[in-house]
Amino acid sequence: MPNPIGSTTARKPQSPSSSTHLAIEATDLVKTYATGRGKPPVQALDGLSLTVRQGEVFGLLGPNGAGKSTTVKILSTLTRPDDGRAVVAGHDVTSNPDAVRRAIGLISQKSSSAPMMTGRESVLLAARIHGMSRSEARYRATELLDRFELTDAADRLTKTYSGGMLRKLDIAVGLVARPTVLFLDEPTTGLDPEARTQMWDEIARLAAVEQLTVLLTTHYLDEADHLADRLAIVDDGRLVVEGTPDELKGRLNGDGVVVEVVDQTAATIAAERLSHLDGLIDVTHEGRVVRARTRSAAGVIPSVLASLDQAGVEVESATVSRPSLDDVYLHYAGRTFEVEEGADR
Amino acid sequence: MTALLTHSALLTRRSLTGLVRQPAYLLITLIQPMIWLLLFGQLFSKVIEIPGFTSEGQSFIAFLTPGVVMMTALFSAAWAGTTFIEDMGLGVMDRMLASPVRRGALINGTVIYQGVISVAQTAVVLVVAYATGARFGSSAVGIVLTMAAAVLLTVVFAALSNALALLTRQQETLIGVSQLLSLPLTFLSSAIMDPSLMPEWIQTVARYNPLDWAVLVSREALSATPDWGVIAWRGGALVVLAVVMSWLATRAFGAYQRSV
Repeated sequence: MPNPIGSTTARKPQSPSSSTHLAIEATDLVKTYATGRGKPPVQALDGLSLTVRQGEVFGLLGPNGAGKSTTVKILSTLTRPDDGRAVVAGHDVTSNPDAVRRAIGLISQKSSSAPMMTGRESVLLAARIHGMSRSEARYRATELLDRFELTDAADRLTKTYSGGMLRKLDIAVGLVARPTVLFLDEPTTGLDPEARTQMWDEIARLAAVEQLTVLLTTHYLDEADHLADRLAIVDDGRLVVEGTPDELKGRLNGDGVVVEVVDQTAATIAAERLSHLDGLIDVTHEGRVVRARTRSAAGVIPSVLASLDQAGVEVESATVSRPSLDDVYLHYAGRTFEVEEGADR
Repeated sequence: MTALLTHSALLTRRSLTGLVRQPAYLLITLIQPMIWLLLFGQLFSKVIEIPGFTSEGQSFIAFLTPGVVMMTALFSAAWAGTTFIEDMGLGVMDRMLASPVRRGALINGTVIYQGVISVAQTAVVLVVAYATGARFGSSAVGIVLTMAAAVLLTVVFAALSNALALLTRQQETLIGVSQLLSLPLTFLSSAIMDPSLMPEWIQTVARYNPLDWAVLVSREALSATPDWGVIAWRGGALVVLAVVMSWLATRAFGAYQRSV
C-alpha cells in the first residue's frame, strides 16, 4: 500500500476520517520477562492499551524501564505478548505477523546497520527482502539516499558514518518498502543537538508529507511536546494518561508554582503551610522544592511568600510557569520526570 | 519458497561481501587449516609405523588429510553463531526479525556462507597435502565427496552454533560451548588415529560422532577402493542431521523472540 509521496496536504488530526481509522490498536498487553533462576520475573507491561489513529505522530513518554520499548517490540512483531491483543495496520501481530512486517518500518534504539556494508547496500538489502526487483531496489535506494543527503557517503562502509548519518540511514532503510506505520524507538538518544534538530524536522516531515503513522518513544519531554500530535505517559507497564500535549497540560489546573527553600526540612514545613493556603492546590514537595498549582499565578505569589515568611521558612526562589509536560508527568505519575530518570540509572 | 531462496542468497552474499572486505581475516581463515595439516602431520608422523595402522601404503599426511579437513570445518562452523550475537548487539537482528525476511533464510545465509568458507579451506588443505607428498587413489570423485562431507558437517555445526546463539544470546557461553565440543569431537574420531588402534570405548563413541562420519566419507572417497556402503550410510546420516539441525536452529528464533 504505497503512500502518496509528494502530496503536501497538511495533516488534520481531528478530522473525522483519521479518527475513525486506527493504525494501531493495542488492548491489555501483558509481558513478563524471566530474569534468571531464583530471581523474580520482571513485569514489563501490565495491561497496557493504546490506540493510534492513521497519520498521526503518537508519542510514548516515560522513563527507562517503563515499558515503552517492550510496547514497540510487541507492536513490531519482535516479541509476542503474554496476554492481550494488538492490531497494527489492520493485521493482528500475533496471528498474522508477516502481514504486519510488510506494512511497518522499525527504527530501533540501536543503529541497525552492519558495519561492513555500505549505506547503499543496506538499503538495497532491505528493499530486496521486501520483494522488490533488482532495478526497483536500485531506484528506491538512490531515491532514499538522495533524500536523506547520504548520496556522497552512499558507497562508503557504514562504520565510517557519524551517529547522525547512521540514524538517517536507519530511517532510509525503515522507509524502503513505503510502510504505513513507522516505529521510532528513542530516535534521538545519543545524538548531538544539531543532529537531533535535523531528526525532529525529518520526523515532522514524514508525518506531514508522507502521511505516515508514527509511533515514537522518547524520554525527552521536549521531544514529545514538539513532535507528537497525541501522547501517552507510560509508567510501570501501564498507560497512565493520554491526549494531545495541550489537552494534557490543560487538564492540569492552571499554572505551576515552584518554591525552592534552603533544605528538605524547610520544604516539608513549607508544603504543609502552603497546602492550607487559599488558591493553591496539588501541593507536593521533593527535596528542597515545593510545587503547587494555581489559577492565578501572579496573584498568589505574594501570599505564598508572606505565608512562608510567617512560618519562618527562608525562600531561595519562587517561580510561576505555564504547565509543561513535566508537570503533566508529575501530576499523573506522582513524581517529577528528572527524579525518575535519575533513580532509573 | 522463492522468498526463502532469494532471501538466503541475499544474506549469503552479504556475509561473503563482509568477508572479502576483511582480507586479514580471510587470510587467517585460509592459513589456519594449513597449519593444522603441517603441524599434525609432523607431530604424529610416526604413528603410521605403529603395527596395525592400516595405512594401505599411504603416507600419514594422506591419512590425516580428511581428518584435518573435517576438523577445520568443525572449528569454523562452531563459531558461526557469533555473527548472530554481534547482530543482536548492533540491532541488525531486531530489524531483520521485524522485516518480512524468512527465518529459515537467516539460518541458511550463515550456514551457506560457512559452507563456502569450508569449500575454500578444504581446497587449501588438499593442495597443501598434495604439495607435501600425499597421493590419493581417486581424485575427482574423492575431492567432490570430501567437499560435500565438509559442507554437510559445517551445516550441522553452524546450525547448532546459531541455535545456541539464539538461545543463550551470550558470546562467552557460545564460545565456551564450541571450545568444549570442538577438540574432544576431533579426538573422539578417526581424524588423526586409525580406529583399530583406539581404545574400544572411543571406537564406540566415534560411531556416533558426526565428525567421524565426515572423515570416513572423505577417506573412503579418496581411497583407491572406496567402500561405497560406508560413504552412503555416513553421508546419508550427515544429510539427515544437517536438515534436522537447520530446522531446529530456525525454531530457535521462536525462543529468542519470546525472550526479547
